[in-house]
Amino acid sequence: MKELLYGFITGILFGFLLQRAQVLRYDKQIGALRFDDMTIVKFMLSAVITGMVGIYILKDLGIASLSLKPTILGAVIPGGLIFGIGWGLLGYCPGTAIGAVAEGRIDGLWGVLGMLVGAAIFAEVYPLLKKTLLTVGDFGKITLPQVLGINHWFIIPLFIVGAVLLFRWLEHKRL
Amino acid sequence: MTAPHHQYWNPYLAGILAGLVLTCSVWATGKFFGTSTTFVRSAGMIEKAYSPERVAALDYFKKEKPIVDWQWMFVVGIFFGASLAAKLSGTYKLELVPERWRDRFGQHIGKRGAVAFVGGVIAMIGARLADGCPSGHGLSGGAQLSVGSFIALICFFIGGIITVRILYKGGNAP
Repeated sequence: MKELLYGFITGILFGFLLQRAQVLRYDKQIGALRFDDMTIVKFMLSAVITGMVGIYILKDLGIASLSLKPTILGAVIPGGLIFGIGWGLLGYCPGTAIGAVAEGRIDGLWGVLGMLVGAAIFAEVYPLLKKTLLTVGDFGKITLPQVLGINHWFIIPLFIVGAVLLFRWLEHKRL
Repeated sequence: MTAPHHQYWNPYLAGILAGLVLTCSVWATGKFFGTSTTFVRSAGMIEKAYSPERVAALDYFKKEKPIVDWQWMFVVGIFFGASLAAKLSGTYKLELVPERWRDRFGQHIGKRGAVAFVGGVIAMIGARLADGCPSGHGLSGGAQLSVGSFIALICFFIGGIITVRILYKGGNAP
């Protein structure tokens, strides 16, 4: 019960921030895919970098553990590309479609309905996929520091520097 | 016209705060952000009302049971949080067709609705195959430096960029 309450509160905070950053907008999502408005990239990358530092500090302190999804190339690559096609058509991802409806962008509702149907279809074809694509190129739960064999605190600063350079360039180009 | 720019927050600041919310969530409950599994659980709940036997027979609903869990509440929370932010800032705006879409494809609600629906179907099938969406892979997976999540994120963008390129070929201006 307490866990559900935490989920709800966390969602409220995240939804609030998504709305304030204008991430819940078709025009912004398409803007990122057309390289003329990088608002969502700025939001997302800032969140990833901050979360990266926070999560790895918690991990090193033994407070939290990682929750990794296995790297299955046969699933992640086609799945990612298929998702991208749907994202380009809809102009929202699952979380932002819900949020878009909340701020009055009713077209997100069509997307939400489509996603429910998509989930039901996936459940039908899952047994077939489980025997095929989901077994191709399974590398298990791997992280970048693990694969490169170096400590994560060598990699995280590189991500931070890379992100800051990208942000500077985006601001310079007024994207 | 859209609302004046100053009503919104700097995306870097909002992003940093979102990263802190993620960190706090992991600290407090060990839960990472994700949204697409909730669509599976919800689809299962709806299907259960019509055909409980079918839901019971499907492996995927055994893996992702049609129940309310942390993530399900998180997704509901996103709705209320976004709604609250829109109301408090006076940026709630009823919009049937987005501006950019309108400029390119016109005001027709059915046309936008049909493409959005089909896009939703395709996006969710892809997200479930990839085992995550931009929040689960992009945000949570990226923050954990997960190799598969970076690959997924790159593929999300490749698929999206190509699709939008085809969709908006010939310019955005009416």
